[in-house]
Amino acid sequence: MSSNAILRHSEDSMPATTLAEAGPLPATTPPTTPPSFGTLALRWYRLNRGGLRATAIGIISLLAFLLAWHLLTTYRVVFFVRFTNVPSPLAVYASFTKAMHDPKFLMHIVLSCRRILVGFSLAAIIGVPLGLIMGRFKLVHEIVFPVAEVLRPIPAIAWVPMAIMLWPTNEQSIVFITFLGSFFPILINTLHGMSLVDPVLVRAAQCLGARERSIFREVYFPASLPHIFTGLTVGMGVAWVSLIAAEMISGQYGIGYFTWEAYSLVQYADIALGMIAIGVLGLGSSVLIRGAGQLVMPWSAR
Amino acid sequence: MSEIPAKPPQGHIEVRNFSLSYDSIEGPVQAVADTQIHVKPGEFVSIVGPSGCGKSTLLNAVAGFLKPTTGLVSVDGERVNGPSAERGMVFQQYSLFPWKTVRENVEFGLKMRGMPRSQRERAARTLLGLAGLEAFEKHYPEKLSGGMKQRVGIVRALATGPKVLLLDEPFGALDAQTRVIMQQILTNMWQRLKISVLFVTHDIDEAIFLSDRVYCMTARPGSIKAEIPIPLERPRQQAMMMSSEFLALRRGLMSLIREESIKAMGGEITDLGMQGLNIELQGHSLADVI
Repeated sequence: MSSNAILRHSEDSMPATTLAEAGPLPATTPPTTPPSFGTLALRWYRLNRGGLRATAIGIISLLAFLLAWHLLTTYRVVFFVRFTNVPSPLAVYASFTKAMHDPKFLMHIVLSCRRILVGFSLAAIIGVPLGLIMGRFKLVHEIVFPVAEVLRPIPAIAWVPMAIMLWPTNEQSIVFITFLGSFFPILINTLHGMSLVDPVLVRAAQCLGARERSIFREVYFPASLPHIFTGLTVGMGVAWVSLIAAEMISGQYGIGYFTWEAYSLVQYADIALGMIAIGVLGLGSSVLIRGAGQLVMPWSAR
Repeated sequence: MSEIPAKPPQGHIEVRNFSLSYDSIEGPVQAVADTQIHVKPGEFVSIVGPSGCGKSTLLNAVAGFLKPTTGLVSVDGERVNGPSAERGMVFQQYSLFPWKTVRENVEFGLKMRGMPRSQRERAARTLLGLAGLEAFEKHYPEKLSGGMKQRVGIVRALATGPKVLLLDEPFGALDAQTRVIMQQILTNMWQRLKISVLFVTHDIDEAIFLSDRVYCMTARPGSIKAEIPIPLERPRQQAMMMSSEFLALRRGLMSLIREESIKAMGGEITDLGMQGLNIELQGHSLADVI
């Protein structure tokens, strides 16, 4: 193709800069004998030194925490805070092994997860599209935003009495509380993402023949995705906070109820077990969301 | 280029009695006043002027993003009523979609036109190959250098086979060396495609090197101060930038712009002030200098 030649020509005439522009070269190492295992291991170590260091320190820090906990509880330290009744890590581990074979404990966890799943999913399914539409259409924004701003500062826990009145079953009111907790962070972050969409990208799409719907799908939505995922992460955190509070107040099942019940039944080890379970579940769900974010936004992968 | 079939000469841009003003608390502010420009089919025309003179405003009106307050913008006799794929645009900030790979960016216009996936993939690959970017089709724009990004930007704008190509200081963010290469690539592409181009820049060398004609704009409110034909032969090569012909054009244009830049900066144009800046123009008209 002759135009090919024209373009090539221009590149050939400036070899130095074009080379610099050509980005990563495919093979920088000269063809020598493959490096020994020792050299490779050393290289790998050098490249990952920072990560290894962080992992090592993290492990040490967790072990130190466990050790401190162990010492404080075995010696029943009383120094402003009273460790007299606090269960030791070993006691918690013992109740953990017992709980793993107890279908009731597993049911508490499954039920909590189900409530999170339903409440959070509803919040995402309603919050994200509403935020996108509010960001795009001024009138919708002007109508919905004042109401949202009044309701937003009310903590989900404060909704508990109202939720019990609103919904026929306890289960529904707990899901509703979870929904409310995650809804506002998701909505607000989606809106924020929409407000930051680069207008030049919208113009570029228009110049390429994109109409309103395509611009929404191809520009506004992907451009807002990073903020949508921030909203989902924050929303998931608040969803757990709200869920546990709701379960403690009005629940019959669930990990929050389990923790509160353990206190009433003087099962001190189970209190710590419930707390740790909540921590692990919260961590797990935010890891899931982060993973989903990286799947959906491969361009922002580090 | 097989994807862009040869068309009868088209892409005649006409801007007549154009003015554009916007409202402010102190009343309407005129950005561009009483401007006439035109680009003949297949012609390469640049607009130069001091910053803030409204040259980008003018280009945005041709693209269809801004409505003229008075006057008319038309392409091939058809009034411009909003942006369209008929007028491809290249932006200074590259404005590639960060969430699309290089190839998906180039495909975008074809996708909007409803071209089936396999067909537009093939077209995009061919176009990227012409720009020497086939190895980067799966990269995200973030990973590319500025020069590569802007090559993608140009290829993307050309992919749908627009009637005219509008460029708004496309090389303004590039370093000097890359800039020179990009100018050469653009002039080669244009030589091949014979598409009408309206090019906005504040770089005088760039305008002369690329164009058939250069419009020089006044300080705000912008209007056309002079229209300078560039009779340099084609195809253009970087070496021409040293020729006496080029330098004479450069000198003339430079003095025109300097005068306006001083006005734009709010300075007085006194003989004394001009002496240091602009010796060539003293006592001569522009025609004499050229």
